[in-house]
Amino acid sequence: MKNFMNDTFRLLIRHVMTTLRIPIWIFVTLVQPIVWLTLYGQLFRRVVELPGFGSSSYIQFLTPGVVIMTSMFGSAWAGMGIIQDLNDGVMDRLLATPVSRGALITARVLHSAITVLFQGMIILLVGFLLGARFPGGFLGVLALIVLGGLLASGLSALSNGIALLTKREETLIAVINFFGLPLTFLSTAFMSAALMPSWIRNIAKLNPVNWAVDGARDALMGANWDGVWGRALLFACLFADMWNICHEIIQLIPQIIMSSAILDTYQSPFPSK
Amino acid sequence: MEAIVAEHLKKTYRNGVQAVKGVSFYVKQGEIFGLLGPNGAGKSTTVRILATLTKPDSGKALVAGHDVVLEPQRVRSKIGYVAQSSGVDKYATGRENLMLQGHLQRVPKSQLKHRVNELLEWVGLSEAADRLVQTYSGGMKRRLDIAMGLVHNPSVLFLDEPTTGLDPETRSALWQDLLRLKREQNISVLLTTHYLDEADYLCDRLAIVDHGVVVAEGSPSDLKAGIRGDRVTLEVDGHVDEANERLKLLPQVIDVIVTDDALVARVENGATAIPAIITALEGSGISVRSVALSRPSLDDVYLYHAGHRFIAEGSLEDVA
Repeated sequence: MKNFMNDTFRLLIRHVMTTLRIPIWIFVTLVQPIVWLTLYGQLFRRVVELPGFGSSSYIQFLTPGVVIMTSMFGSAWAGMGIIQDLNDGVMDRLLATPVSRGALITARVLHSAITVLFQGMIILLVGFLLGARFPGGFLGVLALIVLGGLLASGLSALSNGIALLTKREETLIAVINFFGLPLTFLSTAFMSAALMPSWIRNIAKLNPVNWAVDGARDALMGANWDGVWGRALLFACLFADMWNICHEIIQLIPQIIMSSAILDTYQSPFPSK
Repeated sequence: MEAIVAEHLKKTYRNGVQAVKGVSFYVKQGEIFGLLGPNGAGKSTTVRILATLTKPDSGKALVAGHDVVLEPQRVRSKIGYVAQSSGVDKYATGRENLMLQGHLQRVPKSQLKHRVNELLEWVGLSEAADRLVQTYSGGMKRRLDIAMGLVHNPSVLFLDEPTTGLDPETRSALWQDLLRLKREQNISVLLTTHYLDEADYLCDRLAIVDHGVVVAEGSPSDLKAGIRGDRVTLEVDGHVDEANERLKLLPQVIDVIVTDDALVARVENGATAIPAIITALEGSGISVRSVALSRPSLDDVYLYHAGHRFIAEGSLEDVA
């Protein structure tokens, strides 16, 4: 266990340093949410006037949606890093050491979560500047971060797992592009649940992205403070929508375990000369 | 106890390629052992099996006293692995790379900093240590690779084609470094290469690998001595098969091997055999374009055991 923690820590430092040294990737992944917030926030701002929408400001409604959407896309790309390491020979070099296999995955997952945290804060700031307000206060923001982080962790683990199995960038890109937008639209990121067709609403109930968006929005609004659920889980303070957090954790753990297992049985591919 | 023992290793990849078809050899403590063979012979796969990166389909291997399949973690703590493609992290400095490797190899924290400085000094990267590896030349990256393989004082070092792609000067420097390493520490080195001169110069013993099997094993001098006689290489104008037959009839000729553009005859004494050979061939109406004489080299060893000429960098031309 001690080795696992140390290895995870050291590898996490490596990932963080790399990100700090190639900031362009972070910049690029921030431009998209800022565009979504300003462009779509403005384009669709009158949709809140539809009866039954449930909110008075679209930018207020949209901001948590965009935070979660960015968490999703940002972490989905995590697998690209592992493919790069596979191609560069770095993975082989690491696997020839006694490094904990679980640490190799966990460090990447933690890195995704931390990155998403910073991106989330920046998006919240932009949302605030555009007029969104967060009555849920500090705890609300904290819950948002937790939800975004959990979603990002799970997807990052899944992405790394797919990357290890397929070892090809093209496959990962195809999967992300195929599932990314549908997952976003099958949630309340952009549209109120009350105004969705019932079939979409039903699918959204099973969508981890939606769990995160719903929970995030409620948390930021300070609604649904369910103290009753709070004591059941690790996060002891008053969080919004504990049920959503619960769901996120449940989908996260098997994904980390699966990816570690894949790494354990990873066999060096046929040398291509 | 031997540093490495490989017994009947076999490995077929999922795409159907039979990379290793029964490789057996051993490496003594403190020696530099070479795996020599052309591209695709199965050398890299063998090394990957020994470095616990991939599992053999059958066979057994003991590295530093531990079974690679049953106790991989133990093996990993005692080996250094330097891959053919550089495994360094480009976006970190040389020092950071070594420090991380040291941590992952469980080098005690109290010793690590000193060890890293020591290694940087040894490979001549002290000045460049705090620059990003991205800025290093190919030779510098390779030296860092080797330093990383040595950070935890392994008892066995695997070097997969360490000088491929390096300029002659860097190659030469690396050879000297390896010999120095052998002299100063009792480390056993398994080196794969397709350079005959490298195998000849560096290795105490070597195994020639071809198409997934070991075709010859021994020290370079023993292997060369095993090939009796001189080599006479002839280029003729057409009629190659005829020439082959004609040469075989000569008493001085021990055997003849045909490559796609020449005939290589082994003879007891080249100087006296050449006149007889030329007379015999010309007498049969076969015109001899050129003739060359040489003492046995590893190329001859290879030719003899694997039946085709060893062409160092290109693909191998297979002649029955």
